Amino acid sequence: MTTVLELRGITKSFPGVLANDDVNLTLEQGEIHALLGENGAGKTTLMNILYGLYKPDKGEILVQGKKVDVQDPNDAIAHGIGMVHQHFMLIPVMTVTENVMLGVEPTLNGIFLDKDKVAKHIREISEQYGLEVDPNAYIKDLPVGIQQRVEIIKVLYRQADILILDEPTAVLTPQEVEGLFKILQTLIDKGKSIIFITHKLKEVMAVADRITVLRVGRTVGTVSPKEVTLEKLASMMVGREVNLVVRKKLAQPKGPALEVKDLYVRDERKNMVVNGVSFDVRKGEVLGVAGVQGNGQTELVYALTGLLPAESGELILLGQPVRHTTPRAIIERGVAHIPEDRQKHGLQLSFPLYDNFILCNYYLPPFAKGISMQQSVIVSNGEKLIKQFDVRTPNVSMNASTLSGGNQQKVIIGREFSRPIELLIASQPTRGLDVGSIEYIHNRIIEKRDEGTAILLVSSELDEILALSDRIAVMYRGQIMDIVEASKASKEYLGLLMAGIKPAEAQKVTPKSAKTTEAERVF
Amino acid sequence: MTTETLPQNKKASNQRQMITGIVLLAIGLLMFVLFARGTQPGQEAKFGMNLSNNAETIPIPDLILPVQPSLYALIAITIFLGGWQLARGIRSTGLLIGIVAFSFVAAFLIWATKDQSFNLVGMLSSSLVRATPIALAALCGVISERAAVVNIGIEGTMLLAAEAAVVFATVTNNLWVGLLTAILTGGLIAAIHAILVIRFRVDQIVSGVAINIFGTGTTSFLSSRFLEKNIDALNNSGTFQIIPLPLLSKIPIIGPIFFQNNIIVYLMIILVVIIHILLFYTPWGLRTRAVGEHPKAADTLGINVYFMRYVNVIIGGMIAGLGGAYFTIGSVGRFDQDMTAGKGFIGLAAMIFGKWNPIGAFSSSLIFGFADSLQVKMQILGVNIPSEFLQMAPYIVTIIVLTGIVGRAIPPAADGTPYEKQ
Amino acid sequence: MTNKEINKAAEKAKPEQEEKHGKTGFVDNMVVPVLAVVTGLIIGGIVIAITNDTAVAAWGNFFQNPGAAFKASWDAVLTGYGALFSGSLGKPADMIAGIQNYFATGDSKLILKAFYPITESLVTATPYIFAGLAVALGFKGGLFNIGAEGQFYIGALASAYVGYSIVGLPWFVHLPLAILAGAVAGGIWGAIPGYLKAKTGAHEVVNTIMMNWIAFRLSDWLLSGPMKSSGFRPVTPNIEATAELPRFFPDPLRFNWGFPLALAVAALVYWFLFKTTLGFEIRAVGANPDAAKYSGISVVRNIVLVMTLSGALAGLAGAAQVLGTDHWVGQGFSAGYGFDSIALALLGKSNPIGVVLAALLFGVLRSGATSMQSLAGIPIHIISIIQGLVIIFVAAPVIIRGIYRIRIGSSDETVLTRGWGK
Repeated sequence: MTTVLELRGITKSFPGVLANDDVNLTLEQGEIHALLGENGAGKTTLMNILYGLYKPDKGEILVQGKKVDVQDPNDAIAHGIGMVHQHFMLIPVMTVTENVMLGVEPTLNGIFLDKDKVAKHIREISEQYGLEVDPNAYIKDLPVGIQQRVEIIKVLYRQADILILDEPTAVLTPQEVEGLFKILQTLIDKGKSIIFITHKLKEVMAVADRITVLRVGRTVGTVSPKEVTLEKLASMMVGREVNLVVRKKLAQPKGPALEVKDLYVRDERKNMVVNGVSFDVRKGEVLGVAGVQGNGQTELVYALTGLLPAESGELILLGQPVRHTTPRAIIERGVAHIPEDRQKHGLQLSFPLYDNFILCNYYLPPFAKGISMQQSVIVSNGEKLIKQFDVRTPNVSMNASTLSGGNQQKVIIGREFSRPIELLIASQPTRGLDVGSIEYIHNRIIEKRDEGTAILLVSSELDEILALSDRIAVMYRGQIMDIVEASKASKEYLGLLMAGIKPAEAQKVTPKSAKTTEAERVF
Repeated sequence: MTTETLPQNKKASNQRQMITGIVLLAIGLLMFVLFARGTQPGQEAKFGMNLSNNAETIPIPDLILPVQPSLYALIAITIFLGGWQLARGIRSTGLLIGIVAFSFVAAFLIWATKDQSFNLVGMLSSSLVRATPIALAALCGVISERAAVVNIGIEGTMLLAAEAAVVFATVTNNLWVGLLTAILTGGLIAAIHAILVIRFRVDQIVSGVAINIFGTGTTSFLSSRFLEKNIDALNNSGTFQIIPLPLLSKIPIIGPIFFQNNIIVYLMIILVVIIHILLFYTPWGLRTRAVGEHPKAADTLGINVYFMRYVNVIIGGMIAGLGGAYFTIGSVGRFDQDMTAGKGFIGLAAMIFGKWNPIGAFSSSLIFGFADSLQVKMQILGVNIPSEFLQMAPYIVTIIVLTGIVGRAIPPAADGTPYEKQ
Repeated sequence: MTNKEINKAAEKAKPEQEEKHGKTGFVDNMVVPVLAVVTGLIIGGIVIAITNDTAVAAWGNFFQNPGAAFKASWDAVLTGYGALFSGSLGKPADMIAGIQNYFATGDSKLILKAFYPITESLVTATPYIFAGLAVALGFKGGLFNIGAEGQFYIGALASAYVGYSIVGLPWFVHLPLAILAGAVAGGIWGAIPGYLKAKTGAHEVVNTIMMNWIAFRLSDWLLSGPMKSSGFRPVTPNIEATAELPRFFPDPLRFNWGFPLALAVAALVYWFLFKTTLGFEIRAVGANPDAAKYSGISVVRNIVLVMTLSGALAGLAGAAQVLGTDHWVGQGFSAGYGFDSIALALLGKSNPIGVVLAALLFGVLRSGATSMQSLAGIPIHIISIIQGLVIIFVAAPVIIRGIYRIRIGSSDETVLTRGWGK
């Protein structure tokens, strides 16, 4: 085996943080090398350095044994390095062909784009690697699974031999993940080498030839999946013993807190993305909504919280129909919302923390008397909540933008949990967070459930859904495919539903319920 | 799953359809009250179809319309469309609004021309001329914003270019030098804008406003300090001659409108075509659009986002400079303070209405040029509306256009946002 | 850097940041703006020098007599700025002489003459405070009101109309009514683009500019027709004495109650923005409309509210100018207050206290510019040039930091606008 790529002593610091500290990595010809680490461990930074998007402070990159200087992505591409980014680098309003050719455009007469030539080339690549896609389709019309194929084709079109895939499974159904692994194997068979970045232990065990673990910017070690257990990998990644299971009591559900009947919602571009959804959430239970991202979950939550108007349908909150679906009216009925995008919706980043703690009740006593805001009450409320929810900050006057993602999420949870609530709508509550914060947030959510609050949990991480939910609804293209008891649900069945297979069809393939499902913590 | 099949969807569109239908009927009624009511049978409106004193074009007879029947015909069309919309619904709202707007304007013209004569071709020809600076400003906007840089400093840029053009043309006694100076001035000012917003990440609107204030201040300062005192030495350049294109200029109607113009108008038309081709059929265009939609994606493919933005903003500025030259050496041969009168901003409205598309921007510039030209001609016809109100027309049209009643376009996704390379 | 990493970085950098917080705030809010003005004035000085005939002539003989070239330029700048500041602040010697004379003879003529320039600066600062608050309030609400100029005109005309057309009211009814008329009229003028922005997403920058042009044409029409006084000039009649803002001193000093009123309104705006729930909502919508919506705040309502209040403040500027200073409105009356207020609000960092300080500075510059024009022959437009530069320097603190080698950390930049899309 020959070494195709070697990273030596890569060090990179950003103002105030050492993202990579003397990191080493070797990639052999024809292997799938997993780069494992929790969120914020420095995996993406390392790969961005390799791809020429960041410049390292120290360290060197060797391709085929020769030291190379990677100044920008052009250099990386020239050295045969290609990257499939976690957030797809595709332009939605352009076609597959345009996206693929961008940057290396062949021309007719030296002036006009030669799209036909590229389309032909794309078809060849599709055939060779089993990556089927219509070159003339617009990206915005393609499902995420296909978009990922386009990303891989982009890399192959540039004749890359080394492929970096950054968290490629995050947006896929379990079955699509299987499909991706097959594609990776085909790529290896055709002589490519792959770096596979992930924080998911089980995937690593399934697909990697070797695993390099990164923790707080440092290489912890490189191991073979045959030599290690899940538990060992987990502790390498986190740096301590980790409890892989969320401990929770059996739910004691009572009457429904929220009933949704035949709900239709349009997104901001006026496309109908929630197509007649009905379900209820009972007090004291967690209803998990699973599904691949972009199947209407976001808009469902927006409609339930008043951020988007519902096109039609009925919402019944605590036995009473909600007619004016403004966010304020819904908040005042006792609904808390942990938004999917905490920086967009959840926080006023340029406001001090104490103001962020009262975003939803700033106009109510004791924070306001009439229209006059009570500064001292607001500040002391903030100080109290910082302690209570363990927000790490020097003081309560800091702007929310200065906090880490985990602490920002704690501010939101502190704010939402500190007022009396009947229903909690939590959308992707742990996305992008480190393990410590994830544990904290999961425990708080279960605590709330045990207090008798109804909880609607939306997550694209199937493992998170399995770990927390009492019942699981699967969403596909704006519809709920099925609702199953979490304790009996089989992951395969859920995966088929997520891919749009009808329940009846799915049951022919795999049993609806598994004998035992180990609810495992998400990594 | 198609959205059309859903009942909810249909209900909403039914309501919209009804509102549109009622509005159309109201417009028909309005046309009757405003225009048709006061007319008598036998009145005629005479529309000139030849430019006066124009030997180039083969003359054709004037268009003489009987006022009352013509008005009733136009009203009938509008009412019919309204009724059709109420009963059945019409798919293409754009076409619908286009026809109704045309009917309304035609009715207005016929009403205003009753018992008089009005040179229609003359007005259309002056519409194109008046659309020229607007279209050039719009093209500047298209090129910049396709690369995600908003330039609202076009107004100030055009003022500076206009003044530079006339001064250099007068001093060297060569209009071409003036033209070149204007283009370079435009490029220079745009380069400053580009550096401010790309390098120093100044808010794009703020930078544009600063350029407008600076441009107005500088041109007025120089004008009061030098130009007004030395008109013959500095501020009297003469203008580009009209160049009739051989053969083409002989075609009736089209000839006098399109093929008997000066170099700046021709350049504008050529630029519209060239930029359209560049933007949609060449690597430069693909990269420009990529940078405007998703700069990070372009960056990961090795495209230099900053370079693309600099190039586009500066080329845009040069086009705005050409637009500035129109005001002085292209039309009156001297500089007056604030002579651009908001054309730079109207150009931006034309760009938005034209959906960030060169040909669209040009077409909507023609609408603004028409409105501008109309208000001048109406004053000549002696229509009983204060001239100040007619002068408001282009500004009001701009506001209406921006509300998106006539169809709303989506700007480039990254428009107006700075890109930070890590 | 990804958000995650930025946050990590921020977390680690925190103690350091906190330590620097006070100093950074001082540099950002005081040092940079002051240096921006100083730099603007220096460049303005260079413009004065290179456009001065004597200085230019002396530079022509640079190699014969280099000293003379520098001296001539220096003299030009000194004369210009000397006229500017003596014209706006007065001469201390004259003040002392005036006071002595007053106590010796009881004649107030000299003392009034000596203090005329400085009170005139305060008189000029009065509309600036209102208009600056208007733009600043817009910024806080995330809106760019370039329409202060038009709102100023409309407010002035409304106040003037109430001021001259109603006769026989006691002052305590008439004056508040006239002030209110200005605020309401300006408010309506601002509410229109605000409503269009909220309901259709039409960008307020272009629409407020269009509203300006409409206001200019409307005022042309009003002044030459419906509101014209008897006589040849297109001006309104003088307002009734009962509608005047009382003056503190005898003629020619025009210093009046408008100034303390402006300070009171500034205090009120400060309280409103930072101490009330409504202000909290406005700031939340301005800082992050998505998060504001999430927390139950109506974004649409707040956009309309901010534009209305902003327009009302600009209208008050016009009211103060008419009722306190001019007592009538004429064509081209006090042009530029609204446009200048953009620079002023940026300079004052959109904070009412900063706005008041910036308004005082602009009052000095503007009232001095008139005497600079008459005494040194430097066109008043030099002020616009300086303003354009000041905006750029305030918006791009990096430039100022670079020139003066300031190394103390910088706070986040503010994004004031979000392109055309939203």
